[in-house]
Amino acid sequence: MMEQRIDVHPTHEYQGYKLRPGRPMPFGATLVPGGVNFSIYSSYATACTLVLFEKGAPQPMIEIPFPSEFRIGNVYAMVVFGLDYENTEYGYRMDGPYNPREGHRFDKTKILLDPYAKAIGGRDVWGQTPNWDDIYQHRARLVYDDFDWESDHPLETPIEDLIIYEMHVRSFTRHPSSHAKHPGTFAAMRDKIPYLKELGVNCVELLPVYEFDEFENSRWNPITNQMSYQYWGYGTVGFFAPKAGFAATGKLGMQVDEFKALIKELHRNEIEVMLDVVFNHTAEGNENGPYISFRGIDNKVYYMLTPEGYYFNFSGTGNTLNCNNPVVRNMVLDCLRYWASEYHIDGFRFDLAAILGRDQNGAPLANPPLLENLAADPILAKCKLIAEAWDAGGLYQVGSFPAYGRWAEWNGKFRDAMRRFLKGDEGMVGEVAQRVQGSPDLYAGRGPTASINFFTAHDGFTLNDLVSYNEKHNEANGENNNDGANDNNSWNCGWEGPTDDPWINALRRRQMKNAVTMLIASQGVPMILMGDEVARTQSGNNNTYCHDNELNWFDWTQVETNAEQLRFFKNCFAFRRAHPVLRSRTHFRNQDYVGSGYADISWHGLKAWEADWSKDSRLLAFLLCGKHAKGGTANDDYIYVAMNMHWESQWLELPRLPAGMQWHVAINTGVPCPEDIWEPGSEPLLSDQSSFLIGDRSVIMLVGR
Amino acid sequence: MEINISTAGEVTVVEITGEIEASAAAQIQEKVLALIKPSLKLLMDMTEVKFMSSAGLRLLLLLYRQVTGQGGQMVLVGLSEEIQDTMSATGFLSFFTIQNTVDAGLGMLNQ
Repeated sequence: MMEQRIDVHPTHEYQGYKLRPGRPMPFGATLVPGGVNFSIYSSYATACTLVLFEKGAPQPMIEIPFPSEFRIGNVYAMVVFGLDYENTEYGYRMDGPYNPREGHRFDKTKILLDPYAKAIGGRDVWGQTPNWDDIYQHRARLVYDDFDWESDHPLETPIEDLIIYEMHVRSFTRHPSSHAKHPGTFAAMRDKIPYLKELGVNCVELLPVYEFDEFENSRWNPITNQMSYQYWGYGTVGFFAPKAGFAATGKLGMQVDEFKALIKELHRNEIEVMLDVVFNHTAEGNENGPYISFRGIDNKVYYMLTPEGYYFNFSGTGNTLNCNNPVVRNMVLDCLRYWASEYHIDGFRFDLAAILGRDQNGAPLANPPLLENLAADPILAKCKLIAEAWDAGGLYQVGSFPAYGRWAEWNGKFRDAMRRFLKGDEGMVGEVAQRVQGSPDLYAGRGPTASINFFTAHDGFTLNDLVSYNEKHNEANGENNNDGANDNNSWNCGWEGPTDDPWINALRRRQMKNAVTMLIASQGVPMILMGDEVARTQSGNNNTYCHDNELNWFDWTQVETNAEQLRFFKNCFAFRRAHPVLRSRTHFRNQDYVGSGYADISWHGLKAWEADWSKDSRLLAFLLCGKHAKGGTANDDYIYVAMNMHWESQWLELPRLPAGMQWHVAINTGVPCPEDIWEPGSEPLLSDQSSFLIGDRSVIMLVGR
Repeated sequence: MEINISTAGEVTVVEITGEIEASAAAQIQEKVLALIKPSLKLLMDMTEVKFMSSAGLRLLLLLYRQVTGQGGQMVLVGLSEEIQDTMSATGFLSFFTIQNTVDAGLGMLNQ
């Protein structure tokens, strides 16, 4: 192979800058020998100019119009030679029609961010007040894309074996108690990997880590006496760039390497990384919002517009990305392929995913091309694809999201049904039976692996608050407590908020243990919210999207103060990992198909073999036959789970085990620590093998071996 | 940025003063690659390096690969705390053998 390419010499010159026509692929800015290849597309622009800045400079150093011969189709491509890679920022001016009714909002006075920017400057340090006079606020930069992954690769852990930890990068280590050298960063998170490993989670699902503007809609909050920010990050500025403000080395522009180094270390510890991706809207808002990128590059293509040219708002945030437009579809695909291949990401959780199934006029599609493309893509073939299967426009698709045999869903019905059961609602046992089986009523033909089971997520109460508050208390958000969900299905155990009453506090602790036990006892994929394992509270605020303070930050002192809770969670996860019968890929048949004499799952109540399905029943038990583990291909212990959400203790008749086997107690939330849970393998033998007194509002798990 | 090359017994010592960004990295690369031979003992004295950019991090790794690829050894000496911190955060630190002083570096290479 020739050492030197024959197409890396300049052919044009413009005001001292040497140029040549670029190559359309790949899109974005790519380092080539001697220069940079810039490539950007627009269906409706009539002209494009490349604007180059010295890093941080207020005015451009040069603006180079793309000559007409530098265009292939709708793609403008140019190589500029002799640039200082580390000291250059770039943007574009696009000229075209300004006719909002027709969907066009071209404005060549604006400098626009490359949608394919791999790194973005302008918010290099979290919370540092921007220069509001800057004519170009979010500035594309060039990156070295070489990174030594050594032998790292996506882990491809079977989805049924995952225990997912939903977390926010900054919140995890920002609290002073973390003792992190660089609080709130990717680097600091790396130092806490031993904690995650010990807890026993094997997948972190990160709230948005791509470049967003914490100053979007920011305002002084007189209630908290602090700035309120776009804290959670659901408002994308750049889909291909990791957030500089989440990197300790962000001020040096090294966020790409720092994030990759975090992923490499997580993988080394067998922890998968999933990204929360937000393709339903951008940070540009509606017609009153700023020109950051898409609005000025190709408004009609990127956004769902009404016939009058206004912005459809299925996201509730001002605009909606036009995901089934073929051009946008390709960008979404390019983006996910980029994260999967360049960052070794293991999976993606799609925020407000129902929007991805709407056509360009907003109508739901039966066969959305984008979802089909993602499900079939070769690079994404082993990535987990998880949909938050609803949007803010009334399209609720839990159980009916176009899955193409690949997509999993955040099972909102699991959350709602199990919360109601937990707080003692009547008439729930029928639905609970479906949920603990991995929701065959919703996912028959797809298996329990389509069901991401959870009690809590960033939207809504933390687990502690779920058992401490009947009502949301979001006054600190400054919206008169009007924001946040009202249907929380929570119960405060007898008092609203903090209390000294030892009985109420004991009940709350027990209820939290009940929740996590039922979670890991269920088929499907369990997910918990960061901090649930140490009883983190947001003081009843169920929508903390704007708070950069203790409401969101993980308090590491709680690792000690709530050691009992942490121990319980750790052992729950260890129990799940130890028992393949809990992690099936196929739904139960409620039959004996291996000849063990026991159905794969059977239902029980106060009496063995007889569940009480009546409206008043608040107790349900089930027995998993170990010989049916993994569809009958694996051998496991027998597991008996009884869930008593009644306010009184009950005597249970235990089902008889095969000869030679005996019942041991693994979990009993009704007794105090340390007997509430036992390390797998150390479960004590039950002295009474035929009956068990289950406490009020308690869950037990017995192991038969 | 200045490059000073000397020898101390069997060890080649490359002392850098100033900032290492893209163009400095290119110069250092050119000079040091020319020195590489089989079983080279190389000490990079970074005591007077005030700042290192991404290009600098990559330069060090490249040199390390070239040196060790020919059966040699390389030690980095005198990295400031800030630079070590940066290298740690970006995943570059773990590739290298680090010493605090030139004497310690020489001692290690001469073992």
